[in-house]
Amino acid sequence: MTMPFYVSPEQVMKDRADYARKGIARGRSLVAATYDDGILICAENPSRRLRKISEIYDRIAFAAVGKYNEFDQLRIAGIRAADLKGYAYSRQDVDARSLANNYAQILGQIFTHEMKPMEVEILVAEVGTIPEQDRLFHLLYDGTVVDESRFTVLGGEAETIAERLREHYADGLDQPSVIRLSTVALGGPDRTLSAGELEVAVLSRSEEGRAFRRLDEETLARLLG
Amino acid sequence: MAFPFYLPGDDPGPSFAELLRRTGGCPPTPAGPIDDVTHGTTVVALRYADGVVMAGDRRATSGNLISHRTMEKVFPADRHSGVAIAGAAGPAVEMVRLFQLQLEHYEKVEGVELSLEGKANQLSVMVRNHLPAAMQGLMVVPLFAGYDLGRGAGRLFQYDVTGGRYEESDFATNGSGRLHAGTVVKLGYREGVERTGALDLAISALFQAADEDSATGGPDLVRGIYPTMATITSAGFERVDADEVADRFRRLVERLSTPEGTASTGATPTIGGGGAS
Repeated sequence: MTMPFYVSPEQVMKDRADYARKGIARGRSLVAATYDDGILICAENPSRRLRKISEIYDRIAFAAVGKYNEFDQLRIAGIRAADLKGYAYSRQDVDARSLANNYAQILGQIFTHEMKPMEVEILVAEVGTIPEQDRLFHLLYDGTVVDESRFTVLGGEAETIAERLREHYADGLDQPSVIRLSTVALGGPDRTLSAGELEVAVLSRSEEGRAFRRLDEETLARLLG
Repeated sequence: MAFPFYLPGDDPGPSFAELLRRTGGCPPTPAGPIDDVTHGTTVVALRYADGVVMAGDRRATSGNLISHRTMEKVFPADRHSGVAIAGAAGPAVEMVRLFQLQLEHYEKVEGVELSLEGKANQLSVMVRNHLPAAMQGLMVVPLFAGYDLGRGAGRLFQYDVTGGRYEESDFATNGSGRLHAGTVVKLGYREGVERTGALDLAISALFQAADEDSATGGPDLVRGIYPTMATITSAGFERVDADEVADRFRRLVERLSTPEGTASTGATPTIGGGGAS
């Protein structure tokens, strides 16, 4: 009988984290930023059908990067949790913070107990009635939650893209400016992304009821000039 | 509440009702008959040039008593469809809530809306599942109408208590005043009627139903309560402004108050061959 090799817990965790990070870095990145009338989510995504951004509830959106089947499962679980909660209590009682906590639990659980961590990074965004109430919860593959207030970037190149955003971002930008800014930040100095390569949706602050809207390619092309 | 995270083989799919069953949120069926529950009454839907008009009176009754004067019976189901209810008020309103949520849930999970036909069938399943409760006296019979974006026309569906689904080409009525309301619409209906004509016809139908059926509420001029009306067109579900409804009712009442308008009540009967005529 052979003895199993001893692997220190530190090494196990590091290996898992590296594995997840590598998986996430293979995909394209995604930007979420608040502006005067809501929250913009802008992803580099050449596919029209396989979406990275989706509606969860009246004022809550979900976005993710990484492995599609994994984050889609999380997305549907979020919709279910929100709809069940809204049905059992009231539509006002559904909030992003409790959803983000649920996601963190699931991701943390899978990271420590399963063979393989989820290769995903997710965002739960909630638009408030005033900009100060906007919420961006950025969750990592191991269940870490980061609470951002102005903008956040998901994906392999998050640091460099966030750096480019930080340079030009200001509070109270209007929708066209924030879309242009996000597109430029995602593309970097060498590439110009066209409307066809982007998936863009907004949570509109002034909307009554369901605030989630996708921007179609035509609208996007016009806004990008 | 546990986070609803399912493994692929065990997934409830895009159905909210199925999800609710898994999480134990379904109401029990009553074991015996329930009497004197609150009932909602007359609703009308008719197709016109731009889509569909839906209307419902506001009265809810328990036996011979009026239990509520301002009940809503016409609801949006989603952006391009609406549902109007008649029957036991509690389960009916609950059915509407579940139906709205079911359509929204499907749309969010699948990323596309159900077809109008699919929505009508969903409601049919809900009515059928409600049959055991209906047999204990909690009958719910909805009307469903919507704008079919594919065909570019309004469509309407009627149901029976077993979940039977019947598409109507021009109009449908339901509830205790359905016979009188239906007759008025039937006689006044013209293909391709415009919005104003369709609204006036629905108003007239509800007025006549209230005139003949004690469970249907007419316009309440004292409290300023008027039936709820909505149109469903390519622009979506829109409630008709309460002031507009009130105004149309006032004009109908004025029309009916003229000597020609009241002719239908007949002259006072007299006995003998006297001179009164």
